[in-house]
Amino acid sequence: MGLFDFLRGKPKNTASIAKERLRIIVAQERGTRGTPDYIPMLRRELLETIRKYVKVDFDAVKVDLIKEGDHDVLDISVALPDKNEMAAEAMAG
Amino acid sequence: MSVEIEIPIAEPAAASSSHTANDAPSANESPAAAQPAAAATAATPPSAAEKEQPVIETLETPAQAAPTPPAAKTDRKNLAEVIVVTSGKGGVGKTTTSASLACGLARQGKKVCVIDFDVGLRNLDLIMGCERRVVYDFVNVIHGECTLRQALIKDKRFDNLYVLAASQTRDKDALTKEGVEKVLADLGDDGFQFVVCDSPAGIEKGAFLAMYYADQAVVVVNPEVSSVRDSDRILGLLASKTRRAEKGQRVKEHLLLTRYSPKRVETGDMLSIKDVQEILGLEVVGVIPESPEVLQSSNSGEPVILDPNSQAGQAYDDAVARLLGDKQRPLRFTTVEKKGFFSKLFGG
Repeated sequence: MGLFDFLRGKPKNTASIAKERLRIIVAQERGTRGTPDYIPMLRRELLETIRKYVKVDFDAVKVDLIKEGDHDVLDISVALPDKNEMAAEAMAG
Repeated sequence: MSVEIEIPIAEPAAASSSHTANDAPSANESPAAAQPAAAATAATPPSAAEKEQPVIETLETPAQAAPTPPAAKTDRKNLAEVIVVTSGKGGVGKTTTSASLACGLARQGKKVCVIDFDVGLRNLDLIMGCERRVVYDFVNVIHGECTLRQALIKDKRFDNLYVLAASQTRDKDALTKEGVEKVLADLGDDGFQFVVCDSPAGIEKGAFLAMYYADQAVVVVNPEVSSVRDSDRILGLLASKTRRAEKGQRVKEHLLLTRYSPKRVETGDMLSIKDVQEILGLEVVGVIPESPEVLQSSNSGEPVILDPNSQAGQAYDDAVARLLGDKQRPLRFTTVEKKGFFSKLFGG
């Protein structure tokens, strides 16, 4: 700490921001590691198709490849909006 | 589920070269004299005259004569320890690290070969200071256009250190999995104890081949977000796309932090050793401080580990000791040096 450090303004601790951002993105990327390349594309196409009929959120479709013993299972889940939201949307529309 | 990239080489040189005789072994002894002519022939497919030369016994056995499956070679007794120096991101210091680790291992008396896997963007030769002695390269050896011994460039500082340069002219598909395996096996047979593989940046074929046969990996990381993220991607590949991974074993991974600035860590501008260690979950094998000698060393073609006055050089020497099993070696140059009165006063 120098005598005239107060002139420089308060230093921002950007390293801790970097660490937090990395912690999140690395965890997320490790989660999808080893899954086939087509999964994100499949997810996107499913989402587009579903959105033709139901107004779901952009993160409503989850596609995971799950290992069950000798075989892989493609696990697809779609979160539909609850009834109150749908009603509100209908009113607005 | 794994997708293998196997691209057949369509060049006539590759198809015919496995039967062709190689140049006389004496070419190895006078590479400087043979340079212009040899470089020219290396770049072109062998002519008809060359094909009719009698077969001279060489270090390598022609692929046609020994149709043993590659798997059989893994049973060989003389295996060199293969260390890949990798990172994902470019410009973090892979080649600098490869050169210094190779020199450091050689200085400890090990017989070492350092291989440049960056086909098309050869640079290890410059850092090692042997760029004018490159006659044949890695791709020539793989295509049977010269023997391994002809392509190995003997270091001028250490008798037990050799460099295998990358090809500057071929595209990256010139390397093959089988070819790399054979070179590594032949190096083991020739008494090499360590092979340091200098990986290209990225996650393409060159980087994949550099890591595929590795026993250990030195992951070079700058304390900076993009480098850390890319390194994590590389760790994923080391755990899935290597021969060890395929056999259900692990590649021993080490973290080597480069361009580390204790001062900036102290002021909160830079990720600390502990931060990077926590995010990546790796053991630290070395921390190389940011230091002016790294650039000076590459300018002069003398790996920085050979500069006894450089902190970076000493830090690389510590890393080599740890690679060789020294667990007691303390981390140096990772804290801010004590300031004098004036710099304290003025916040130097």
